[in-house]
Amino acid sequence: MAMSTTAPGDNAAKLAENVVHFARVLRRAGMPIGPAKVLDALQALQVVGVERRDDFYFALSTVLVDRHDQQVIFDQAFELFWRDPSRVQQSQQLRDLLGGVRTPLATESPVSPRVMQAMQAMQPTTPRKAASESPTPEISFDATLTMSRREALHTKDFAAMTPEELAETRRLIATMRMPLPVIPSRRSRAVLQGNRVDLRGTMSRMIKAADGFVEWRYRTRRLRPATLVILCDISGSMDSYTRMLLHFIHAVSNSGSRVHTFLFGTRLSNITRALRDRDVDIALAQVTRQVADWAGGTRIGACLREFNRGWARRLLGQGAVVLLITDGLDSDDADELGSEMERLSLSCRRLIWLNPLLRYAGFEARPGGIRAMLPHVDLFLPVHNLNSLTGLGAVLNAAGHRQSSPGYRTPYPAGELHGNV
Amino acid sequence: MPRHPVPHSVDDVAQLLASQQYIAGRHLATTLYLAMRMGRPLFLEGEAGVGKTEVAKALATGLERRMVRLQCYEGLDIANAVYEWNYPRQMIEIRLAEAAGQASKDRLEADIFTDRFLIKRPLLQALDSADGHPPVLLIDELDRADEPFEAYLLEVLAEYQVTIPELGTIRAAQPPLVVITSNRTREIHDAVKRRCFYHWVDYPDKERELEIVRRKAPQAADTLSREVVAFIARLRGMTLYKAPGVAETIDWAAALAALDKTVLDPEAVQATLGVVLKYEDDIARLDAETVAQLVGDVRGEVRDEVRGEAGAGWQ
Repeated sequence: MAMSTTAPGDNAAKLAENVVHFARVLRRAGMPIGPAKVLDALQALQVVGVERRDDFYFALSTVLVDRHDQQVIFDQAFELFWRDPSRVQQSQQLRDLLGGVRTPLATESPVSPRVMQAMQAMQPTTPRKAASESPTPEISFDATLTMSRREALHTKDFAAMTPEELAETRRLIATMRMPLPVIPSRRSRAVLQGNRVDLRGTMSRMIKAADGFVEWRYRTRRLRPATLVILCDISGSMDSYTRMLLHFIHAVSNSGSRVHTFLFGTRLSNITRALRDRDVDIALAQVTRQVADWAGGTRIGACLREFNRGWARRLLGQGAVVLLITDGLDSDDADELGSEMERLSLSCRRLIWLNPLLRYAGFEARPGGIRAMLPHVDLFLPVHNLNSLTGLGAVLNAAGHRQSSPGYRTPYPAGELHGNV
Repeated sequence: MPRHPVPHSVDDVAQLLASQQYIAGRHLATTLYLAMRMGRPLFLEGEAGVGKTEVAKALATGLERRMVRLQCYEGLDIANAVYEWNYPRQMIEIRLAEAAGQASKDRLEADIFTDRFLIKRPLLQALDSADGHPPVLLIDELDRADEPFEAYLLEVLAEYQVTIPELGTIRAAQPPLVVITSNRTREIHDAVKRRCFYHWVDYPDKERELEIVRRKAPQAADTLSREVVAFIARLRGMTLYKAPGVAETIDWAAALAALDKTVLDPEAVQATLGVVLKYEDDIARLDAETVAQLVGDVRGEVRDEVRGEAGAGWQ
């Protein structure tokens, strides 16, 4: 720090002010730093002293950084901020300087115009534009001669829907309540009749009554929601289903707190935080900003490898159910795909594969990629219309229960588990 | 027995740890010093095997305080973490009192719920600083416990007091030194991290790792130690499913020294690969050719290093 001619007391006050400015800069960069932390930072600097620059950096880092992924932002901000004391005066310049330090929201990657239009069409302000672009809905009336309109909507394939039907399907999906998988936990709750004796409750009963009788109290296991991890393919071959699937995933994410979502095409993106917003349009707009490889190529093996290496051990502990939504048509070779699927199936409790290609009643697993993936999957189900989505709810509920013969996964051949399309 | 005084500076902390054969980077020493001086818990996160638990042990032995260890697992509850009443003994006591004719309820309650029948578990033991010096409380692998336990822990860490309904509130005369570790198999709630000082323990650089191996596995020859450290550094650069940690480096150096090796050779490496890599996929990636290649590179690197140091010594 430059030597100045002011008194030491002034220097201390200036330092405190600078630290407060620095905290504001970090806050603007996305790190949650409240006033309590700023006070802690000042106290830490008093304790450690400011003689050495690295001690100064370590002290501030200790107090202000809460998570490992915040360290990068902190380092960049520290480097820019504490370079030259006179810069602090020009806070406007600093704000511009740190414009590039923001979290991924700021990087606008070119998004496919088709998806942009699709996302725009979802806004409630432009319903008429959508109506004028779409073909007239007379086709759907032909199909409703024998079934009610709603039932027709439930069995219609997403790829074949008109924009009005898509809008209605979206409304139906938004009102769906997905039962998330539950698994037994190691905690217990009191019950009248059970198989585990609750000694503490029995004791307190004995003491309260003190009449010489011992009345047993029982406990039983509690159930808790299992973690659900959704891996969704957004490549070109899945393009017609992507929109509906994103709505469905948003509905599922908002049903519970232990749902993590990843999108992959040519690379893997974690969109869990982007989907947090309750409003589906805002959430999906954030997702569009974050993800760059819409409707592109497919590299399932590489993306699964990245998930296995970087995320599997952080998310799949304590019994997780993985939903893999992809058609399995991969542009890479099949060997890597097989080994990555094996690693994924060994790390999670249940692996469920949802494939829109199962809309074809006579589907046979011919492509090499699909054949490599199939043996490692617990359930192989279709996902092309509303019925399959509602049926998924029952499946997810049962997915938490332990299999009858542990360690042996039964691969269901294609076509057996789903009804006639 | 004279106790070690609380460290007065970051250098003091580094020296304290070094005296227990734990070589810490300056960042960790600063974090530890701040946690001790400002009375906050220390939260250590990092991959398995980088020395998170060892810090607490070194600190406890260095400061000559007793260490209380709470190993977390799923379903950890108050009965196993804080306290439990000794029910069988209490029931016997009730029966005896009834047999002797003293069945007065209040008297019974006063007799039953006393310290005599209280089993103290780690958290309660840590609050007890009867000998004047608060202990070091190590809460190991908090990510294995579930969210309800984290919420309870937050309460305890805020005030360092525990409420037992039958006895009252038990407060710590002096707050213990708390070290929490996590392997990141689950994201710990932000509230817990905010209460603590957070530190990510990373793999050490080559100089520090060499120093660690020299101290922890002194029986290994110097060249062997250098080659082991260089080999492990290259393994960490490869894309393995689980990169080896510091614990694996120390174990490997000790294992090779036990086999009377003074330098690395491909056969020894293949034979002892199970000490370093714990996943079959990773072991399969290191076939004979890759191992021979790596050993050759590493030996050349160490030879240049030693030559360079010797040359610098001549100046």
